[in-house]
Amino acid sequence: MERGTDRVKRGLAEMLKGGVIMDVVTADQARIAEEAGAVAVMALERVPADIRKAGGVARMADPAKVEEIQQAVTIPVMAKCRIGHFAEARVLAALGVDYIDESEVLTPADNEHHIDKWAFTTPFVCGARNLGEALRRIGEGAAMIRTKGEAGTGNVVEAVTHMRSVTNELRRLTQLGEEQLMSAARDLGAPYELVRELHQTGRLPVVNFAAGGIATPADAALMMALGVDGVFVGSGIFKSSDPPGYARAIVEATTFWNDPEVVAKVSRGLGEAMPGLEIDKIPPAEKLAERGW
Amino acid sequence: MPTVGVLALQGDFREHLNVLTGLGCDTRSVRTIQELDQVEALIIPGGESTTIGKFVVRFGLLEPLRTRIENGMPAYGTCAGMIFMAAAVTEGHQPLLGSLDVVVERNAFGRQNDSFEADLDIAGFDRPFPGVFIRAPWVTKAGAGVDVLATIEGHPVMVRQGRILASSFHPELTNDDRIHRMFIESI
Repeated sequence: MERGTDRVKRGLAEMLKGGVIMDVVTADQARIAEEAGAVAVMALERVPADIRKAGGVARMADPAKVEEIQQAVTIPVMAKCRIGHFAEARVLAALGVDYIDESEVLTPADNEHHIDKWAFTTPFVCGARNLGEALRRIGEGAAMIRTKGEAGTGNVVEAVTHMRSVTNELRRLTQLGEEQLMSAARDLGAPYELVRELHQTGRLPVVNFAAGGIATPADAALMMALGVDGVFVGSGIFKSSDPPGYARAIVEATTFWNDPEVVAKVSRGLGEAMPGLEIDKIPPAEKLAERGW
Repeated sequence: MPTVGVLALQGDFREHLNVLTGLGCDTRSVRTIQELDQVEALIIPGGESTTIGKFVVRFGLLEPLRTRIENGMPAYGTCAGMIFMAAAVTEGHQPLLGSLDVVVERNAFGRQNDSFEADLDIAGFDRPFPGVFIRAPWVTKAGAGVDVLATIEGHPVMVRQGRILASSFHPELTNDDRIHRMFIESI
């Protein structure tokens, strides 16, 4: 009996495909998410929109908060630690969270290094803006990737940019000759062995979700159409005017992304989405996607 | 070769479709009653059983699925699929098909940190099968018509009842297609 193998770590993400993972800050919100059909929840102290507003240093959630949410639902519970903060990650692993998000939404703890994720039995998901960043995280042991997008903005444009970038670079990689792969690895800043693997398979070896700015059912459908395997929704649900309604609508639009009639039906009369932010109005120092490398 | 559907509402349905295609089956993703009508057999994949159950109810598939299975359509459920076909779960309320006469305990081995791989002896197989168990369930009670095909530490993890097959592990995540082949041969 072998625990923490690549196959079981990556495998849990495979089971989440086609689903929505929702940020929650209370047991009640977790139950609303589960009731709406979420495949997992992300246990947090504050949703990204509030982290953005509050400023200061954002850290791992209180273990009591994580446990409260674990007790409220039967679906997997994820939690975030700071980039490079392996001691926070160890705490989350000890709490028995099902996935750890090494997240740029929290204030980074290490400006140079991400966590050595191979050292953990608990699987990790990490954000990426492009293929090189995705492969660096996979090289460090991430078992799932998500776009960074720009969390807490309700603006999907950055998630679209990041997903398109990954797809374009993947396509390009499959067109290269064998002799070009080493310089491609250098240009991407990615492990050579992974570059070779992708050159063969044409796809990431782990599941890739959308995250960062998804606020409406149509946003979720857009990201699915761009080829992501599923969707994280952070502030988009509990900062909307009707959280249970939004939760259910985004879940249904994610499954039926290719059926505009369903997306129209679930979007009808939903009420106000979360307030949105324009990306170029955000001061560069407050752009979360720039954290990590 | 038969036309085999995979319930494609949520989960790792693509992996099952790939195995079936590799075995030469005509395959269908099943999301609607019309698509269900086109298939001779159905796989219910791994995923989140609560999510899959809710979708089946919301999109009107619960009764049609139940009726097809009652009328003899071969069905195979992996992990969430096993839970969804069961008669009952030990804790909580969620939509279930009730086609398979077993009681299932969800996340029976524990949380993700307790997910594991183990070689498994399966009745009728001449060599062990690579079992991939992810937040996996086990069977706590099986009716008289249910054959237990594999166990872990005494807990049933693979069962058959007539034309219904269920495993709490994921053959679709391995390169071993013996269980899928066994299922197809039963059609």
